[in-house]
Formats: sequence, structure tokens, C-alpha cells
Amino acid sequence: MKKVIKLKDLDCANCAAKMENNIKKIPGVTDASVNFMMQKMTIETDTDDFDALMQEVIKVCSKVEPDCEVLYKK
Amino acid sequence: MSKSQKCRLRNILISAFLFLFALIFPFKKFFPEKTADILSAIIFLGAYLIIGWSVLYKAFRNILNGQIFDENFLMTVATIGAIALGDYKEAVAVMLFYQIGELFQDYAVGKSRESIAAMMDLRPDIANVIRGENIEEVDPEEVEVDEIILVKPGERVPLDGVVIEGESRLDTVALTGESVPQSIGVDDEIYSGSVNQNGLLKIRVTKPFGESTVARILELVENASDKKSRSENFITKFAAVYTPVVVISAVLLAVVPPLFFHGEWSVWINRALIFLVVSCPCALVISIPLSFFGGIGGASRKGILIKGSNYLETLANVKTMVFDKTGTLTNGTFTVTAVHPDLIPEAELLEFAAHAEGFSTHPIAQSIKKAYVKDINIARVTANEELSGEGIISIVDGKQVLAGNGKLMATHMINPHECHLNGTVIHVAIDGLYAGHIVISDTIKPDSADAIRGLKANGIRRTVMLTGDKKAVAQDVASQLSIDECYPELLPQNKVEIVEKLLSECKESDKLAFAGDGINDAPVLTRADVGIAMGAMGSDAAIEAADIVLMNDKPSDIVKAISIARKTLRIVHENIIFAIGIKLLVLILAAFGHATMWMAVFADVGVAFLAILNAMRCLR
Repeated sequence: MKKVIKLKDLDCANCAAKMENNIKKIPGVTDASVNFMMQKMTIETDTDDFDALMQEVIKVCSKVEPDCEVLYKK
Repeated sequence: MSKSQKCRLRNILISAFLFLFALIFPFKKFFPEKTADILSAIIFLGAYLIIGWSVLYKAFRNILNGQIFDENFLMTVATIGAIALGDYKEAVAVMLFYQIGELFQDYAVGKSRESIAAMMDLRPDIANVIRGENIEEVDPEEVEVDEIILVKPGERVPLDGVVIEGESRLDTVALTGESVPQSIGVDDEIYSGSVNQNGLLKIRVTKPFGESTVARILELVENASDKKSRSENFITKFAAVYTPVVVISAVLLAVVPPLFFHGEWSVWINRALIFLVVSCPCALVISIPLSFFGGIGGASRKGILIKGSNYLETLANVKTMVFDKTGTLTNGTFTVTAVHPDLIPEAELLEFAAHAEGFSTHPIAQSIKKAYVKDINIARVTANEELSGEGIISIVDGKQVLAGNGKLMATHMINPHECHLNGTVIHVAIDGLYAGHIVISDTIKPDSADAIRGLKANGIRRTVMLTGDKKAVAQDVASQLSIDECYPELLPQNKVEIVEKLLSECKESDKLAFAGDGINDAPVLTRADVGIAMGAMGSDAAIEAADIVLMNDKPSDIVKAISIARKTLRIVHENIIFAIGIKLLVLILAAFGHATMWMAVFADVGVAFLAILNAMRCLR
């Protein structure tokens, strides 16, 4: 499954790179890419519980860049 | 400017005012010396907190989150260090300069992001659907196939479809980069994303929005920056190593000389602080992806869709260019290139042939009918039989007309004249007598020769043409276009073999590109280092298999694509060398005590700002 999620206020390219690396380390994520220019991220996963995975992703993102909002709704 | 940017600008102004006030105001005139010192220190600190509290706060918060080496932390350590050394002025000035630089940088990134986004803004907002008696304004995604939509002059066509009423001119510049408007009428296909210029059009929708041309282009270009180039990966890796290395050197610089070599603590700590300011890799991390993004955006403006930054990089290094012939270098449609009559006049031969082929939909028949120009009176044809692989037997005006190849003539005991021209020869016999022949061949695209010349001028060492066509035809085309090598009479699988052979003959750093029109070229498109699909609007297989899609049919767009790729790469390299160079220079100067904190801040935010400006040149 491949999902694209929009991001808001992602202001720092270095943080985007860090987010990407940390998201890739989440179990269940097969590939991830954070696109600083388009303010979005693409997550590829084989998990069934996408919502739980997203909670994890949001946690990782807010650790790296608390000002950046992940626009994901259940 | 956004709200938060305005707020930051306000802080900068207030802080700058306080800073200047503390700098200029003659405290010592009005107060005793001790009080004056304390007062000015308080004002400096006030200015520092106004400008720096957000950085301090973020640094603190990020440490709690386990993010240590970010720029907030580095700036905090550097400025607090300066304050600890009693240098209030420097602390405020550095923080001010840093914040101004950040603001500029933010603003520039925001602007460039906007301008790239605006350039790619093909997304139609609404579609006017005719439902019953009414015209409803709806989101294009809600329109179903076979519904009728109305496109007014000046509007962007929201969905792919077929014109059922009206005539107009279409501006397809956003799709193809072609600035000459295209005239369009009933039964013509129309692509979403083009702009209707003057007439009212009624269109029957043929594809849902998600599969439409515009949706596909947007998806392709927006996802392009997900596929990262080697330069981008290098920078990410470099940044991950660079910052810790510089920070560790800073610590060593602060501690080692004073402890072991009788250095003065304040001097070496100051130098170490400069190291910390320079240690942020932001200029690189922002400007490199921005350059690629700009290059991809600029190319899409010219009708060249590039599926990823990595392909842009590969394209810049292409040294071998392989073409498919039919549909790529040639038009792929057959046209009558010669009429050689025996006995009867040329016009009459064509007239008989066109009528004989009147019922046929075979490409050869189509091209003969097109060459005849006049309308065909189908009532004149009283009998018609199509023999596959031979030709046609018709009764026209009561006369038996044979039109076909040598085999057809042979079975009817007619002795045709051979032709010296290359192409498909259609012999015509009327009532058992040989009447002449018509030569049909594919024509070379008007800009193919320009394209080959342009490629050679751009350092492409080897041009190769692959084709399933006959040797004589292939060699003719190759020599007309001065293509270096040509491999004729190939089946699709042979093409892959040849490309593999050519790939093995390339040097490691030299790349091979293949351009084809897509339909049966998919395996070769995937096998080449870069696959370029031409004129691919509407062809799904080609868009899937290719790395670069040319919206136009023009081979000369390949030259454009290569020069865009080279320019982008040049700017990327400039930025890498510039940013790393300046940082290294400041680091070396700082280690020997010749750099100031100001220079360090310039090496951080100033360089980032300049690199962003340079990256924006990729757009043009």
C-alpha cells in the first residue's frame, strides 16, 4: 500500500531528511520519502493497520520538527 | 510574507533597534561607570532575548526530543558562549544576523516553491456539466465518462474528451510547450490542461479525471522529486557526517590547545564557537533538491516530463543516443511520395487507385485516399474484394481495377515495372493492363536532422538507429540524417539485444538513452539507462515504461531535455562546491584565528541564501 500524506509548515530541509530516515526505521514501513518541496510524504507499507502506523509516523515527525503538522485524519 | 514571517520581521526590527541604541547611547555620560556597564548589558540581553528566545526554546525542546545537533542548538551554544565570554555585542549581532538570514532563506524557499507550483498548476478547478436542462458547476473528479461538459472561451479544459459541438483554437502550451494554437473541431480529441481560446465547445468526456492527461502529468511531476539523484543522496550522507565531525572538532579546538599547549581559554573557545555556527549543512540540504525540482519544473513547462531527479542526472551524462525509427525520427504515417503512371495520366491513376481502395481502412488505403484529396464517390465502386497480403480487386466505373503488390500482379499474369524508389510500391492494373504504380513511404520528421545535429553538438558521441524496416529504407533514412549506425530488420526482442550490446560498449560513467514512440518499445525503454517516450499523450504503456516523456512528437525536444539536465547539474555542482568551499574556508580561517563570528554566520545562512538564488536559475 502506498499513501501520500500532506504536511504543513515543514520549514527545514534538513529536518525533512531526518524525518525520512526515522520514518524508514518504523517497523512495517517498506519505504518512505519526505518531499520538502511539495510538502508531502509518501509512505509504502505492508501493514494492515495503517492508522496505528500513522500514529507512529506522527510521533516520529513531531520529535524531529514539532512545528510541522502531519495532515492525516482517520 | 506569511504571518509567522511578519512576526519574525517585527522581532528583528525591535531587537535591531535596541541593539543600535545600546551601541550608540552614551551611558557613561549619564551614569557612573559601573551602572552604565550594567545598564548596557541589560539592554543587550533584552535585545538578545527578543531575537533569540525562539531559537533557545527550540534548542531546548529538541534536546528533550533527542535531536542534538540541530542549528538551533548550535546557535544557542555559540551565542551563550559569547555571552559567557562577556561579549554581549557579538552575541546579539550574530543572533540578529542569523535570524535575518533565516528569514531571507525561508522567504526565498517559499517564493521558489510557489513559483514552481504555479508553473505546474494545470489543475482545473471546475467543470461545467450539462445535466438535463441545467449546466452544473462541479469538481472535475465528479464528472463521469460520457457526460457532456461545456468549455467556455478562456477556460482550461477540465477533462479528456471528444468535441461534439463547436470549433475553437486550443492553447496547449502548458501541456506540450508548443506555443502555436491548435485548431480543433467536431470529432477531434481534446486533452485536459489545454486552454480553450475563442469558441464555445461541447465535449463528451472519455476518461474519468483520475486517468486524464492533466491528472497523470501532475502525478508524474509531483512524484518526480521522490526519486532522488546521486547528488541528493550524497548531500544527505555528507550532512549526516559533516555536522558531527565539525562539532567534535569544535570541542577539541576548545579544549586541547588550552589544556596541553598553554593556549588562552577565551580565544580557543571563541574559535570553537565559530566552528559550531558553520557546522549546519542547511545551504546544501535546501539548495540541491531545489535545483532538481526547478529543473524538472522548467522542463515540464517545455512539454518534457521527467520522472525523477535521478533521470535528470543520468540524462546529463548521456553519450550514446539510440532511436527507434518509425514514429520517432519519421512520422510513422505513410504518405504517397511518388506516382509513376504507365499509359494513363497521373491524376487518373490516383483516381482509380483511390476508388479501388475506397472501402478499405488499411493504412496504405488511407494514405492513397489522402493523396487523392478530392471526395470519393463510393457509388462508382460496384464490387470490392480485399486479399490480405496482396491487395484489392474492385470494379470501378465498370472496369476491373487491381491494386496491390507484385504477388497480386503475378497471380493475374500482369507484368509490373519495378521501381527504383524505397518504400511500399502499389501496382495498379486496369482491365488487365498495367497502369503504373504508386510509392508510399514514411516521411522523416522536419526537425529530425536538427535533432541529430544538436545532439552531436552537445557531445553525444554515438547515434544509433534501430528499426524493423528493410535495410535499404533504414540506410536511406540514416544517411539523410547522418546517423552513425543503423540496425535494420529487427524484431522487438532484437532491439533489446542490440541495446544490451551497446550498453556493454559504454564506459561506466557514460550513459545510453533510448527514444521510441512507446507502443512496442516498452522493453527497450526499460532496459536503457534513460528511456524517452515520444508524443506519448494518451499512450499509457509508454508513460509507464519511460523515464522521460516528451509531450510533443519532436525529436529535437531530446536536445532541449539534455541541455536542461546539463544546466541543472552544473548549478547543483556549483552549489555543492560553493557551499562546501566557503564553509571549509571559514573553518580553516577560524582554526587559525582569522575568522569572525560574522563570517561564520555568513557561511551558514548567507551561503544558503545565495545557493537558493542560484538554484532558482534552474527554472529558466
